[in-house]
Amino acid sequence: MQQHLIHLTPVDTLILVIYIAMVLFIGFYVKDSAATGEEFFLAGRKMTAWIAGLSFLSANLGSLELMGWAGASYQYGILAAHWYWIGAIPAMLFLGIVMMPFYYISKTHSVPGYLQLRFGEGARGLSAVCFVFMTILMSGVNMYAMAVVMQTVLGWDQNFSIWFGAVIVTVYVMLGGLRSAIINEVLQFVLIWAGAALIPILGLIEAGGWTNLKAQIAANVQSTAYTHLWSTLGTFKGNPMGIHWTGIVFGLGAIISFGYWTTDFLVVQRVLSANNLRAARMAPVIGAAFKMFVPLIVILPGLLANALLHNPDGSVMHLVPAEVAKATGQHSYDEVLPLMLLRYCGPGLLGLGITALVAGFMSGMAGNVSAFSTVWTYDIYRAYVNKDEKDGHYVSMGRWSTLFGMLISVGTAYLVAHAASIMDYVQALFSFFIAPLFGTVIVGMLWKRATRAGGFYGLLAGTASSIGMWVYTSFGSVEHKATALARIALSRDAQPMAENMYRALWSWLACVLVTVLVSYATKPRPESELQGLVYGCTAIPSDEEVALWQRPVFWATIVAVVLVIINIVLW
Amino acid sequence: MSDSSSHKPQLSIWFFVGLLCLLYGLVLVFTGIREFSHPPAVVLANLHATFWWGLLMTLFGAFYVIRFRPGTAE
Repeated sequence: MQQHLIHLTPVDTLILVIYIAMVLFIGFYVKDSAATGEEFFLAGRKMTAWIAGLSFLSANLGSLELMGWAGASYQYGILAAHWYWIGAIPAMLFLGIVMMPFYYISKTHSVPGYLQLRFGEGARGLSAVCFVFMTILMSGVNMYAMAVVMQTVLGWDQNFSIWFGAVIVTVYVMLGGLRSAIINEVLQFVLIWAGAALIPILGLIEAGGWTNLKAQIAANVQSTAYTHLWSTLGTFKGNPMGIHWTGIVFGLGAIISFGYWTTDFLVVQRVLSANNLRAARMAPVIGAAFKMFVPLIVILPGLLANALLHNPDGSVMHLVPAEVAKATGQHSYDEVLPLMLLRYCGPGLLGLGITALVAGFMSGMAGNVSAFSTVWTYDIYRAYVNKDEKDGHYVSMGRWSTLFGMLISVGTAYLVAHAASIMDYVQALFSFFIAPLFGTVIVGMLWKRATRAGGFYGLLAGTASSIGMWVYTSFGSVEHKATALARIALSRDAQPMAENMYRALWSWLACVLVTVLVSYATKPRPESELQGLVYGCTAIPSDEEVALWQRPVFWATIVAVVLVIINIVLW
Repeated sequence: MSDSSSHKPQLSIWFFVGLLCLLYGLVLVFTGIREFSHPPAVVLANLHATFWWGLLMTLFGAFYVIRFRPGTAE
């Protein structure tokens, strides 16, 4: 086993300790303001647009994502930025401008809760059970991944990392509920920037600017494809990711990102905590504006590493996949961020960077477990087990389910530690559900003819088709898999990421098609029952009484224009 | 802005943000001052990033701590 990368000095440790102390203090401090269900599960719906927006963004800004995508940008070049731009911004703006009014006006506690109001118990039950199951498994997978990273980077024992993170997160979420999680997510957002922003600044100084950086990358990898966003996507073979532009636009941009950013309750819950409808609509727009700049601290370090990292003998350093690194002792792709931190950051700054990573991990766990406890308590326990208790009973259930959920996560982490292939299955499982769920929610919001049966069977068909396609492409002989891949992802050259894009697209189409067909075959609900839930039956308050610069639509337009400009500049 | 509880006046989230940045800024400034005579073994150590980054965080943190200090919740 290779030596760990970073040795913390006393100053670095002090910075980490200050963060842990503050996190725990916040948990105890906000305990008294998490007494009712509304306060514990939705932070009292008192968050401003800025806080809800930064929290909404931070819930997705975990350390695994940061390190993983920094590694991906080293491996695939600037194409990885698609996951931050077209793969996020349009969906975030769509949530704020189009979908948020229905979530907010319906006063739902959760996304499954909205499905119950719109399509009845069947759709709610199916989505709640899938969400609870997936969230807690994902939490365990993240926990294990954190332990591996901490062992590689800091030399921490895996058991220590798992229990260290689990205990701290459990304490502050049990005490303060969503409010506590949100405060820590905002802190984490600031920490991530404080800890990582020096890498692109100093990296660009060392590289001699963007133009020189591009030239050095082209020389090192013998290709100019690593610094172009779109011009290499005309064929599957023309770019390092093995993906076609249709997969990026229709699979990632239109389905996967919309599914994640508009229907994954983990992120939507943050926006539901906003203190009024305009704040709830503005929050995703604010999140989108900041999301646009996240590639500066994630993608750019990967590109810089491609140009600047050298071995002690002066030769270009080549990072390798994790399994190869384990065997050869080289550095893996996922170590890009720690390596770049080490390159520029001395004592103190290094502690700040490491604390940002630890904060990201803990924040990710808190996001999972707070969303889990809400859906478990409201959409499973109160819906099917114990309907008529007082509010305080459900708050207690929320606190205990936080503890229970964290223990299951710890169990999952140990399970994954003993059978690493489970990790791939869990991640695949999560992708089965998210695209069809988006189909069900969006049809439910925009088409009043959609019926209860249509919603339920559409969701079921979409999920089942996604699982079916995955089984079809994952098992059997090599020749069978190649043929299956060519059918699902439209090319034998498609890489796993491309396969995911197309599987999402087909399962979404299956969901929408079945929803429409079954809806036409069944009796529609009267419009009076759809008020506050569906476009055309809901009075959405106008923004005309406020100044132009206070309107979400105005800022969403600006963000969209900047997004287009960035994509053209980096074409 | 109102991120306060209905039970009692609460510290603003931005106060916590400012406090954390202020504490970190001060730690970095003092570390950075020491590094003027004992430079760390990193690339571009001559730019004294620790000191300047610490100073920036101190100013940012101090502004938020003062702006959102207890008793000024909006």
